[in-house]
Amino acid sequence: MTLQANETTNSAIETRDLHIYYGNFRAVKDIHLSIERQKITALIGPSGCGKSTVLRAFNRMNDLVPTARVEGEVIFHGQNLYSPSVDAVEVRRRIGMVFQKPNPFPKSIYDNIMFGPKINGWRGSKADADELVERSLRSAALWDDVKDKLHKSGLTLSGGQQQRLCIARALAVEPEVILMDEPCSALDPISTLKIEELMFELRRHYTIVIVTHNMQQAARASDYTAFFLMDEDRAGQLIEFGPTQQLFTNPKDQRTEEYITGRFG
Amino acid sequence: MSEPTTTSGLPQGPAITKHSAQRRRKGMLWRGMFIGSLLIGIIALITLFATIINDSFGLIVIDNKVDPSTLSDQPLESLDKAALQAILQQHISAGRFRQLNREQPFEERDQSDLLQLLEAEVIKPSIVASYTLQESLFERERVAAEAAKKYPQGTLTFHSWISGTFLVRPMHSNPALAGIRTAILGSLYVVMLTMLFAVPIGVGAAIYLEEYNGQNWISRIIETNINNLAGVPSIIYGLLGLAVFVRALERFTSGAFIGINNGNGRTIISASLTMALLILPLIIINAREAIRAVPQSLRQASYGLGATKWQTIWHHVLPSALPGILTGTILGMSRAIGESAPLIVIGASTFIAFDPNSPFSKFTVLPIQIYNWVQQPGEQFRSIAAAAIIVLLVILLALNATAIFLRNYYPRGAV
Repeated sequence: MTLQANETTNSAIETRDLHIYYGNFRAVKDIHLSIERQKITALIGPSGCGKSTVLRAFNRMNDLVPTARVEGEVIFHGQNLYSPSVDAVEVRRRIGMVFQKPNPFPKSIYDNIMFGPKINGWRGSKADADELVERSLRSAALWDDVKDKLHKSGLTLSGGQQQRLCIARALAVEPEVILMDEPCSALDPISTLKIEELMFELRRHYTIVIVTHNMQQAARASDYTAFFLMDEDRAGQLIEFGPTQQLFTNPKDQRTEEYITGRFG
Repeated sequence: MSEPTTTSGLPQGPAITKHSAQRRRKGMLWRGMFIGSLLIGIIALITLFATIINDSFGLIVIDNKVDPSTLSDQPLESLDKAALQAILQQHISAGRFRQLNREQPFEERDQSDLLQLLEAEVIKPSIVASYTLQESLFERERVAAEAAKKYPQGTLTFHSWISGTFLVRPMHSNPALAGIRTAILGSLYVVMLTMLFAVPIGVGAAIYLEEYNGQNWISRIIETNINNLAGVPSIIYGLLGLAVFVRALERFTSGAFIGINNGNGRTIISASLTMALLILPLIIINAREAIRAVPQSLRQASYGLGATKWQTIWHHVLPSALPGILTGTILGMSRAIGESAPLIVIGASTFIAFDPNSPFSKFTVLPIQIYNWVQQPGEQFRSIAAAAIIVLLVILLALNATAIFLRNYYPRGAV
């Protein structure tokens, strides 16, 4: 079954009754969350609260962890991503990901961008490829930095540039959703600012979900915020979810208020 | 206790200096011991090379059965084919001449061929005495006097046992005429075929174990067994090769299935398959280590773009693991070229006078040739064995250097 566009709802990804286990350990329990289309949703919470695990459930990256097991549903275009008829490879092609540590391939900048399209059956001329590389790099605000060294290794770039290369690489396969797992935690403040500006740019075409440790970043750069916390069994759960403005200024839950005012975490 | 913390068990004041000096002295002692270990290793290596070189060069006394100057009044090299043939016919029996003609008709032989025949059949130079390099250099007078007294007919010359003719001559029972061409070709043939079998199988198994098979009890059992197999004595593999490749699969390994009549399965292909089994654990272990060392972030980046498992392995895991895989290949190759025990068990011939020309040929290899020569009585066999050891080491280093070159200069992206 293919994932068809379903315009009746405004949510890009919706989780229903989501539980995630690592072996016998329940890492995340009972998540009901609706990610709105073409908005930036931030997942925040203290270390170990399962926010990255939830993010990885959105494009089935947890499949790569042998002991991980998912219960419940993640709905994307009306289709449960975990139903047996869905191919994880297709999911990841439609829902891209940017990782915590910049991880460009040890190849040229050009090949970094073209790898995704090529493995996904891209057919086009050299000129088309050049155009695609330029468009992807421009979208990631990296074109001006690297246009003269497209055939140099991606590893020669600075950390912030590498991360933008990873974003450009994700954009090149034209996903609908981009998941970002603490994309700025390894970057300096100026690079962080650039990535945040980039996210606002990208919001016009893409749905973005970002995990961040940095509450200021969530407050600054997101439309919606989901706050996670672990319970007595160390299982992460969703405490509060709402528009960022509201969650930071007028939280409904006592624990959210304690976290955002820095009383723990 | 309300004592300040500075009166704890730690040394204070001048005692700090004293103690740190003490610790440094202890460090110096260890450093001395490490230098000692290194020196012992270097001395051992120098001794090894000195021994080999000592045997490979030196003075020899050559005694010709027939003096070449009595055969013709001109130097033999300047004579043409017909003249050489006439001299040969004159000095050997008619029966022997016919026999040589049967082996290869004289019309087909060329001048250098005839010169070789003349040397082997008529002149029959024999090295009646040989001396080590050490004796030749430092006790030259004594050697000269002894040679003149014992072998008045002989000529004393300096001889390098390793020479161009030694490399290209086939096997011969006379050490003065023996060469190692067949052994070199045999060794190269066996090593190349071994790598052809072992590398794809070993890397394939490593990929399966690392990338496809999860961590479960089966993979742990397999891993333990592979590690143990790497330590099994090579002669055991020889027995396996003898039973399976030489005997059970004789129809295949003798080449009978494609119409080659060799009689038995003691062929290059049996040797290569046995060697391949021997080095497989080595290649698998190294390839697994290399694949495991590929950062998980690289795999995730690839999967995150919608790559399949195989695309991830082919485009990212294998290129990143290649240097490590090549390291294992180098180790395996070195082992395969130096190993003799399993080949002795499967029955490699020790005396092969013709070149191997197919995987179904009878063969010998350098280590077996060396082993064979050191067993023979006589100084001269020891010298040609030493020369063969040098050749073996040079081939080994050349193959390793090639592999290391490939590993270090393999283009990693555009780094």
